[in-house]
Amino acid sequence: MTTGPVISDAAGRVAPVTRPAARPGSRQRGRVLVTGHLFVSGYVVLLALFGVIPVIYSLYLALTRPAGGFAGLGNFIQTAEDYRFVPAAEHVAAFLILWLVSLTVFVVLLALVVHRLASRRGRTFIRFAYYIPGALAGASSVLLWLFVLNPSVSPVSILIRAFGGTQFTSVIAPGHLPMVFTIIAFWTGAGGWILILYGALNTIPADLLEAARVDGAGPLSTAWHVQLPLIGKWITYMLILSLAAGTQLFVEPQLVSQASFGVVSNYYSLNQLAYQYAFTQNNFNGAAAISIDLLIVALVCAGILISRGRLFRTD
Amino acid sequence: MSVASVHAARGRAGPGRRPDPRRLSGRTLTFLLLALFLLFFLIPIIWLLLAVTKTQAGLVSGRPFSFGSLAALRRNWDQVLAFQGGAVKTWMKNSVEYSLMALVITLVVSIPAGYALAKMEFRGRRVLLITTLVVMLMPTAALVLPTFLEINYAHLVNTPLSVVLPYSFFPFGVYLTYIYFSTAVPNDLIAAAKIDGCGELSAFFRIALPLATPVVALVGFFSFVGNWNNFFLPYVMLPGSSQYPMQVGLTQMLSDTPTFNPVVGASAEIQLPQLALATLISVAPVLIIFLVAQRFLVSGLTAGATKG
Repeated sequence: MTTGPVISDAAGRVAPVTRPAARPGSRQRGRVLVTGHLFVSGYVVLLALFGVIPVIYSLYLALTRPAGGFAGLGNFIQTAEDYRFVPAAEHVAAFLILWLVSLTVFVVLLALVVHRLASRRGRTFIRFAYYIPGALAGASSVLLWLFVLNPSVSPVSILIRAFGGTQFTSVIAPGHLPMVFTIIAFWTGAGGWILILYGALNTIPADLLEAARVDGAGPLSTAWHVQLPLIGKWITYMLILSLAAGTQLFVEPQLVSQASFGVVSNYYSLNQLAYQYAFTQNNFNGAAAISIDLLIVALVCAGILISRGRLFRTD
Repeated sequence: MSVASVHAARGRAGPGRRPDPRRLSGRTLTFLLLALFLLFFLIPIIWLLLAVTKTQAGLVSGRPFSFGSLAALRRNWDQVLAFQGGAVKTWMKNSVEYSLMALVITLVVSIPAGYALAKMEFRGRRVLLITTLVVMLMPTAALVLPTFLEINYAHLVNTPLSVVLPYSFFPFGVYLTYIYFSTAVPNDLIAAAKIDGCGELSAFFRIALPLATPVVALVGFFSFVGNWNNFFLPYVMLPGSSQYPMQVGLTQMLSDTPTFNPVVGASAEIQLPQLALATLISVAPVLIIFLVAQRFLVSGLTAGATKG
């Protein structure tokens, strides 16, 4: 992790390695340099075209006027003062709070509980069953949930009626949407995170858990005092990545607004608003400004994870 | 999976001891929690599998977890295929084309790049690695509008390239390959090959690549699933219906379904069972890959987590 590269052989023995392969003689080194660049060349082109240049170009658009000329922060101010901007930001924030809380509580809880199951087959089955919805990401999962939330066909219509949802439009009333999007996002994404936290729990040495048990710790205090602190960095990783992804909310409100008989506007989230700027108002500069707002959130999240998270090898 | 397999406190109670009531209720709670979430995750999928076998009337008034009939399934199938003169076939073909083309480019580009980052020294290596990490941790949606603005500038909007090329840029795949080669393939092996007269290129093709099957499969899987399910990028890049991938086509069907759009008359070609079937068709390839590769996936994702 922070100690430098480590290799292990087939028998599982681990040996630290000082540096990548030999570097004999300067002539051969020159050749290695060239091949190294050859090997990464294709990727570097794609990275430039679709990772770096779009950001620079958006920044350029965000800082210029539609008619040309430097705009300073004009586009940022104009979009932020748009009457749709603050509500959209509030919608995204409400969704994020619900989603991050439910991830923290239920993913961690389920990972711990599945990890304690005695039956190996039971553990494998449960992990996989929870993970299957991940196959239905994107528009398909939203569409499926439009069915599940529609009281006239829903398999859980009793439950929906019990909560007062008599009609589809009342279920997807704007006030319910943060909850609805949380359920959809949790349904498709939680299984993958449970797998990852489960994997992290597996890295805790059995001796440590045994020692805790001998010292009289029950399952709850073992989880609280031993397991949670040791998988904490993975929980942080999950939350920061989810925060960054959640700010991008687009597919869910886009489809719901399409199916909502006009109950839900098509500028519910910030990304939808940016989309409206680009495609309805033909204002690419405004769209770029909102995109940059969201990119900054994503970049800050990524930066924190790389510099503080100690989860990634960077040497 | 059974109740008996749930042990709330493993190995605590001796053989002769009476069950501790507190432990018992802990066990029940555990079981309830797992079962509740099992229902939550599986009910929608089971319902979907059954819904496609029903007629509109059967779907609305019948019991939700009953099987309709094969004849109804067949009729739904025919209606879905007939939608807008065979649009679904075109959309599925587009999805396959975009995802597979991107998959090939991704592998050709990412595997050597990850290998070079792990096993070679070259100028700019660390900068490239850190940039890769930053972009990898950014949500893909963050770059969609900026990429659109760029593609629009290059006049490539509404061409397959406008989605295939951005799909092919897959920093997570490069990072995964980098981790794999730096942890699972010993440097000595590569060095030994070079002493035996292998150049850099043949060391990669003859030694490293044959050892890389697991990571190639994993990168291929994540790339394919991610691109197949991508909605935002093609939605923005491909305004013409004949270019839609299935995910975007689905929204077209949604707006042609009277239940979700009253403007469409009740005589529309698409009703709820057909929409459900289209949803199932749209996820079928990925669902099948999930089921076939389940063991591999569970261990693969877990391995990702243990590389810390």
